[in-house]
Amino acid sequence: MKTIKFILTGIFFGIVMTQSEAVSWYRIQEMFRFQSFIMYGIIGTAVLTGMVLIALIKRLRMRDSQGQPIHFPDKDRRWKKYLAGGTIFGLGWAMTGACPGPVFVLLGQGYGVMLAVIAGALAGTYVCVLLGDRLPQ
Amino acid sequence: MLEFLSKPWPWYFSGPAISAVMAILIFSGKTFGFSANLSNICSMMGVRKQVPGFKVDWKKQRWNLWFLVGSVIGGFIAVHFPNAHQPIALSAATQADLAKLNVPFDGRLEPAALFNWNYLATGRGLLLFVGGGFLIGFGTRYAGGCTSGHAITGLSNLQWPSLIAVIGFFIGGLVATHLLLPLILNQK
Repeated sequence: MKTIKFILTGIFFGIVMTQSEAVSWYRIQEMFRFQSFIMYGIIGTAVLTGMVLIALIKRLRMRDSQGQPIHFPDKDRRWKKYLAGGTIFGLGWAMTGACPGPVFVLLGQGYGVMLAVIAGALAGTYVCVLLGDRLPQ
Repeated sequence: MLEFLSKPWPWYFSGPAISAVMAILIFSGKTFGFSANLSNICSMMGVRKQVPGFKVDWKKQRWNLWFLVGSVIGGFIAVHFPNAHQPIALSAATQADLAKLNVPFDGRLEPAALFNWNYLATGRGLLLFVGGGFLIGFGTRYAGGCTSGHAITGLSNLQWPSLIAVIGFFIGGLVATHLLLPLILNQK
């Protein structure tokens, strides 16, 4: 039952990413060239509505479907890993036109070449795990 | 209604829809973070036994892997909608810029000139897709999240580290767009 709920949520996510055109390599290029408002509008309204939602959850001390209090753990305050990691991810995002979610949505759309992106992403994750704390944090 | 849903959505509809995905996961006691699945798949492949410091247990994140499976199915469903494959409305300036990079605009979601097996089999194609994928995997693991975890969830929760990560996303994106892509795609 729970499994079905997460599959359905994923299906909804896949449809949202496709219909919003946020999976498009062209749209990501347009965003990084500041030639259209569309991607900024999508991310902006997602964050604005998300801020209201999370503020409400905290204010009203809402609980999840299991009746557990909802916690939002703070991220740790180091900055190097966020800046360096974020920049490295940004390079890959602009090259492939896809962040991790869309990579899999595009696979579902029939773009078989995304298998190469997935293979690369797993290798990248693995190398980062191997380096671990040797990377500046 | 169905006609509206099966056409490309306006941004002010898409953004709140992404937020709704986050809401469903939060109220299920989970978090919205897609790149965690890359670590989950590594965990499934046995990296945990090999690297003692790697603490990710995919069995605790089964829900997220099912979410991934759903997203693949969702992509498949969406391209079979009655109004799918409508040409996207890309700005003329982007079309002109991309033409200079040997990527003619063809109205699809992904440029047919790049997203095909023949291109992947070239050195440039491998660099673009496998190299780009590597940077995605390395960067998201290092930064502890991607667009869903940092840009959407982190910023919604007013996390400064997420803002730093998102600034990084844009530094990387701008460097790749203006410096790397012209080299990889062989500017005319």
